[in-house]
Amino acid sequence: MEVDREDGRTQNQLRPLACSRNVLHRAHGSASWYQGDTKVLAAVYGPKAGTRKNENPEKACIEVIWKPKTGQTGKLEKEYEMILKRTLQSICILTVNPNTTTSIIIQVVNEDGALLPCAINAACVALVDAGIPMKHLAVAICCCVAKSGYVILDPTKLEEQKMKSFAYLVFPNSVHSVLTGGSVQGEPMEHGIITSVTHGIMSVDDYFYCLERGRAASAKLSDFLRRSLQQHPTDSSKAG
Amino acid sequence: MGLSNASGDLSTEVEVDAFRRLFPLRFYEKHLSESIRPDARPLGRARDTTIALGAVASANGSALAKIGSTTMLAAIKMEVMTPSTETPDEGCIAIDFHMPPICSPIVRPGRPAEAAPVVSKQLSDTILSSGMISLKELCLVSGKAAWMAYMDVYCLDADGALFDTALLSAVAAFSHLEIPVVSLNDDGKIVLLSEEQEGMSEREPVNKEKRKLTLCNIPFSLTCILHKNYILADPTAEEESIMETLVTIVLDSSSQLVSLYKPGGPVLAYTSAIQDCIAITRQRVKELQTILEEAISGMEVD
Repeated sequence: MEVDREDGRTQNQLRPLACSRNVLHRAHGSASWYQGDTKVLAAVYGPKAGTRKNENPEKACIEVIWKPKTGQTGKLEKEYEMILKRTLQSICILTVNPNTTTSIIIQVVNEDGALLPCAINAACVALVDAGIPMKHLAVAICCCVAKSGYVILDPTKLEEQKMKSFAYLVFPNSVHSVLTGGSVQGEPMEHGIITSVTHGIMSVDDYFYCLERGRAASAKLSDFLRRSLQQHPTDSSKAG
Repeated sequence: MGLSNASGDLSTEVEVDAFRRLFPLRFYEKHLSESIRPDARPLGRARDTTIALGAVASANGSALAKIGSTTMLAAIKMEVMTPSTETPDEGCIAIDFHMPPICSPIVRPGRPAEAAPVVSKQLSDTILSSGMISLKELCLVSGKAAWMAYMDVYCLDADGALFDTALLSAVAAFSHLEIPVVSLNDDGKIVLLSEEQEGMSEREPVNKEKRKLTLCNIPFSLTCILHKNYILADPTAEEESIMETLVTIVLDSSSQLVSLYKPGGPVLAYTSAIQDCIAITRQRVKELQTILEEAISGMEVD
């Protein structure tokens, strides 16, 4: 069934993506990620010595600070910080630098739908720019479910508000490996969900349909990420 | 190599409590390989759940819910307010979740717990988006007066599965809620009628018949831990701190998915694991529905 979206995209089409690394000079790693009009800037400082109180000193600690475009930080920002922290903790190799803290600061430059996925993508690129050791990267996508059951990807803010429900999904990026196999329970590794946050009511079948669409889109996003990270020449190392 | 030898040699010499503190993950894995947990529950079973309605006598609606040792107290206060111009015949609900220092040794006074604003926002989003309560029922006089319901949920004992217990206590408090009787006085303002005035007053109460909210599509939730190939339902705080991958699924009484929340975690969730979690949650929703209905019918008998 053909769907008319206001900006003329098809159901599965993402907005134009733009990614740049090393945009801030003082930060150890930085990235900006634009998805259409949603723009997020991420900066990474670390590893710094010492962990916060109540954190395990045998592992590296990750701290996320989320700054909204306007207004003070409230519960929404705290929730995004927690989701981002737990997502990044699962992709970083925390045992390489124990008893250190890596801070990731997210600044929302413009918000037009799919904000959390954009921030997760920006944070991953910033971590690569800073040289933090990671197992794999994370690619994030937003899927919206409309009342009649069709799913659209990467909604704008208006579309998010009109739709019945939406889901933010984060998958590991696709692996190009010389060795074949490595699948768990009959599914390849990049089909596993790192993070899933849903909003609004949807049926269980709609959710599984979102997962399929999300996986297909994450393959495209992984390719874009790989190309943009391979092209960018690295700068000379920055002093701590 | 050193570590596995150390725990292997020590497991015969060290006491159970010491082994549990020193090698918590190995302690749990020894139990999981026999499909049981240290508190003798099978992997898919939740802890004992109880609901007590009307725990706070001065509130318009309240409930105390316990899942195992996790205890939450929810209370609702109603106030009359002027509705906004965009929605002149809709009331408003404000939900807040607090974790006072009594609930856990990690919460200190003056420094709010990290989990508190997150659970508060999740709770408020779930209840408002599930469509359990129609805001139009909270209207009194269209455009002039509507009810504002303030719900506070206090955590009294935090032993894992905080969101599940908080949602259960909030839902139970809404089902216990009794809207106070009000009438219009001469200035056109709404006044509360107390018990004695009801018989004597000449003024007609505005909402004599409509005292309880109708709840449809009540949401119930279950938190599960994913660890290797195991799925543990309803974790305690100890299990949550050792195995960090949590999935919270909220289903409503018509089996629609209200929320599937997995905030990161070292274990990736594949489709088969999610289908198993949803199946366990469906059974749990039926259990919780029976428990809630028993509590409500218990109150009505009085």
